[in-house]
Amino acid sequence: MHNTADATDRPSLEAVIRVEGLAKEYRVYDKPEGLGASLRGLFHRKSRAVEALRGVDLTVNRGEFVALLGPNGAGKTTFLKLLSGIITPSRGTARVLGHVPWERADDFRRRFALVMGQRNQLWWDLPAAESFRLHKEIYRLDAARFERVRDELVDLLGVRKLILQPVRELSLGERMKLELVAALLHEPEVLFLDEPTIGLDVVAQHTIHEFLRHVQAERRTTVMLTTHYMKDVAALCERVVVITHGDILYDGSLAEIVDRFTTHKIVTLDLDEPPAPGALERFGFPCEIRGPQVVMRIDRSRIADVLPEILRGAGVRDVSVEDVPLEEIVAGLFRSGRTRPAEPAEATA
Amino acid sequence: MSSDASPTAIRSGRLAECATRLRIWWTMLAICLEERLAYRGDFILGTAMRFLPIVTQVFLWTAVFAATSRSDIAGYSKTDIVAYYLLTMVTRAFSSMPGLAGGVSRSIRDGSIKKYLVQPVDYVSFLLAARIAHKLVYYAVAILPFAVVFWICRSYFPPVPDAATIAAFVASLLLSFLLGFFMEATLGMLGFWVLEVSSIVFAYMLVQYLLSGHMFPIDMLAGIPTGIAGVDVADVVRWLPFEYTAYFPAAVWLGKVQGAELGRALAIEAAWVIVMAVACRIVWWRGTRRYSAYGG
Repeated sequence: MHNTADATDRPSLEAVIRVEGLAKEYRVYDKPEGLGASLRGLFHRKSRAVEALRGVDLTVNRGEFVALLGPNGAGKTTFLKLLSGIITPSRGTARVLGHVPWERADDFRRRFALVMGQRNQLWWDLPAAESFRLHKEIYRLDAARFERVRDELVDLLGVRKLILQPVRELSLGERMKLELVAALLHEPEVLFLDEPTIGLDVVAQHTIHEFLRHVQAERRTTVMLTTHYMKDVAALCERVVVITHGDILYDGSLAEIVDRFTTHKIVTLDLDEPPAPGALERFGFPCEIRGPQVVMRIDRSRIADVLPEILRGAGVRDVSVEDVPLEEIVAGLFRSGRTRPAEPAEATA
Repeated sequence: MSSDASPTAIRSGRLAECATRLRIWWTMLAICLEERLAYRGDFILGTAMRFLPIVTQVFLWTAVFAATSRSDIAGYSKTDIVAYYLLTMVTRAFSSMPGLAGGVSRSIRDGSIKKYLVQPVDYVSFLLAARIAHKLVYYAVAILPFAVVFWICRSYFPPVPDAATIAAFVASLLLSFLLGFFMEATLGMLGFWVLEVSSIVFAYMLVQYLLSGHMFPIDMLAGIPTGIAGVDVADVVRWLPFEYTAYFPAAVWLGKVQGAELGRALAIEAAWVIVMAVACRIVWWRGTRRYSAYGG
């Protein structure tokens, strides 16, 4: 099932992230319901191990833009926390920019950045410009360069006017943009983004996509992002890593996901009049019939044969053929991940 | 830093590193100051409230003196008592750390501590900068009410002591700030092990209240036997850190600790500062290791 990223066909590749057998086990305490059980829990607590990540291998080269996909609780955030040194693994090794992340060497910490959706590095009661000034010092940035980078980032996101306003007065989208500026001031070589567009409107999402794409291309930053929005993935990432239940289920290009994991095409027909009942079943599965408009799922292997036949039939005004939406493909992929024996309840969720 | 490793180059490299660290810290202080100034209104109310307990203490002692025919209790006359309480207010203004332990444990619980694991910044230095900023803004606001109260009560105070005593008083105050800071920061970091430190902080506050001299002058404990021959309760308390956060600086100003005894007490206070600073480092180091291992 694993699909090793093609590391051979591009010249001078430098592995920036190298992960082998990385596993993280958490100990969770079950808290049974009821007061009596709670009192018993004072003396004896039942705990069990939950494997958030179970022996993952991954290599990411300089300048790659990787999306980390997976259902909630799949281990994506755990993975990013390990790579940014917030947590230590139970097993396995990792090197980011040649450093073991959880040793938290200052030399390493000056070369990467982590943006976690809700957690702000900006000072709530101060204008963002002040947080930037602090970053200039703690990342030891040269004054001229700091100003140039700051101005560039701020202009790219169109937030120059906002940097002198207290952060608490800003909207979620504005704050997120300023968070990104703060994270990129020291021109990190590696950038980890945990759900950077969560809760943002379409316009803000688009701005952030453009911004990330630009910055990443300019600086050859290595980016890993987790997201639940397929728009993020489609706009940004050439490589997709799907994690379910702590395992890497798929690692490859986005195009390949669509290619490998879709069995159907969505065909929308605009007919002269509503079809007779049962008239279309021989071509495929009609999932929606709204008057003369019909949406059908047709087996990909048959599409070349079936389509001319449909069109030959009388009364087809218009036809469109599309791929199954990415969300649906990925949802299917998540479901296909093998169930986790330790937590059967979660596997069905 | 550089490839040539002559001793002078290394020394200048180290100096430059120190200068850089100092500048980082200075910027942290400046930014914390700005942040604090956003809350100055809060401070004004807080300062006014601090004078209330003092008033009740003075009434209490007035009643005590009225009930006895003695003119002094354990070496304190009525005016001495008023002067003592007002001075402990000054020392408490240095050593008390409102919200420090709770703030540290909250940032552990809600995960905002992560920022300090990811960024190349030292959390303890940052906390110290934030607390100094907090204090500076507080003094700027509180100096006026303090001055007014001390002026009104000027007749209760003995004559201003000599320069050496004032110097010792200032040193004891600065050390009491550091002592209070490191004790509370360390307490807050226990949040790496327990979910909620507020009950630990409460217990600490209680002991602190009794043994710091906040409630009564510690030398009143002299002569109360501990059961060990020749050792009274005041002797024991002298070796604990608490009295250095309230009683000791006030006692220095009032001339109750002098000469060799003063030198020894300052040395004990300084030693406690070092012990607590080291403890704070150890707890931070072990706490973050635990945090990393168990979740984060």
